[in-house]
Amino acid sequence: MRLYIKYDINQACRVILQEQLEKLDINYQLLDLGEIEFKENISQETYDSLQEGLSRYGIELLDNQKSQLIQRIKDTIVEMVYEKDKLPTSTISSYLADKLNLSYGYISNIFSENTFTSIENYIIMQKIERAKKLIIEDGLTLTEVSYKLNYSSVAHLSGQFKKTTGLTPSMFKRIVDKRRGITSEK
Amino acid sequence: MISKDQSPLNIMLADDDEDDRNFFNDAMKELKIKNNLTVFKDGKDLMDYLNAPDTVLPHILFLDLNMPCKTGNECLKEIRSNPKFKEISIAIYSTSSSEKDIEETFIDGANIYIKKPNDFSKLKKVLKEVVNLNWQFHTSGLNKDTFFFSI
Repeated sequence: MRLYIKYDINQACRVILQEQLEKLDINYQLLDLGEIEFKENISQETYDSLQEGLSRYGIELLDNQKSQLIQRIKDTIVEMVYEKDKLPTSTISSYLADKLNLSYGYISNIFSENTFTSIENYIIMQKIERAKKLIIEDGLTLTEVSYKLNYSSVAHLSGQFKKTTGLTPSMFKRIVDKRRGITSEK
Repeated sequence: MISKDQSPLNIMLADDDEDDRNFFNDAMKELKIKNNLTVFKDGKDLMDYLNAPDTVLPHILFLDLNMPCKTGNECLKEIRSNPKFKEISIAIYSTSSSEKDIEETFIDGANIYIKKPNDFSKLKKVLKEVVNLNWQFHTSGLNKDTFFFSI
């Protein structure tokens, strides 16, 4: 015997969400369009459990929350890179974990999953980006740049610059100058 | 695909070699980042397409240097002289590894220079790295004018 069914996906999802949220004792409100508002902050553990519970049903927590977190991580990193006294060389993980009030492991995983790169790589990318600005816009020497960005030496800066871009800082500067039609050599 | 709310990366390629084009296609399919690939078999087709009104422009364009009819270099110069194409990242790939050639290419307006490795799997890895890097720049609002990458 064959039965035909009709189902309301939205209703099914809503009920599943409610059940999962209540199971974890989360104080929440279900808004329209598949948005959940958490009435209070939930721990990473609870978040993970919720995610796990929902994944059985093929329900994924919206990326919005993730995207926001990613953006906060990026913003924190940029802030770190652009203010020298905030550039810790060995405690980046604890700096980020403290600032964002989440475990570094969690931050790191979410970041990598969503940006296809690691936090470490991202930091380097931002540092080199700033190095470029300092070289081109501020006309700083490599020594000055390496000091500003907390590199242990010019060699270290050049090395990372070359590794990241494939060019040495001086080649970089030459190219930009020629592109802009500036002919004076430093 | 992981992030649903991201618009796909539009990639274009101009290469007169069919094997290279197919191979490139395979490499792009393996990318985690959502992408659309359009290929052209020569520079003239590419430029005609780009210059047509209402064309969806690519985020990144790969140009083989050695093409008959219109070379990669000619395309590069033509594209860079048109402000309409300012936002396109251009990746040149060539067999030359001379520093002078590389520098010239960047000065002419390329963002990325790829020395074609002999090994197909290495090339695949390089292509994926380039697209990934370009995407990082794109999503982090970094400066395209000073975006250079040589590999």
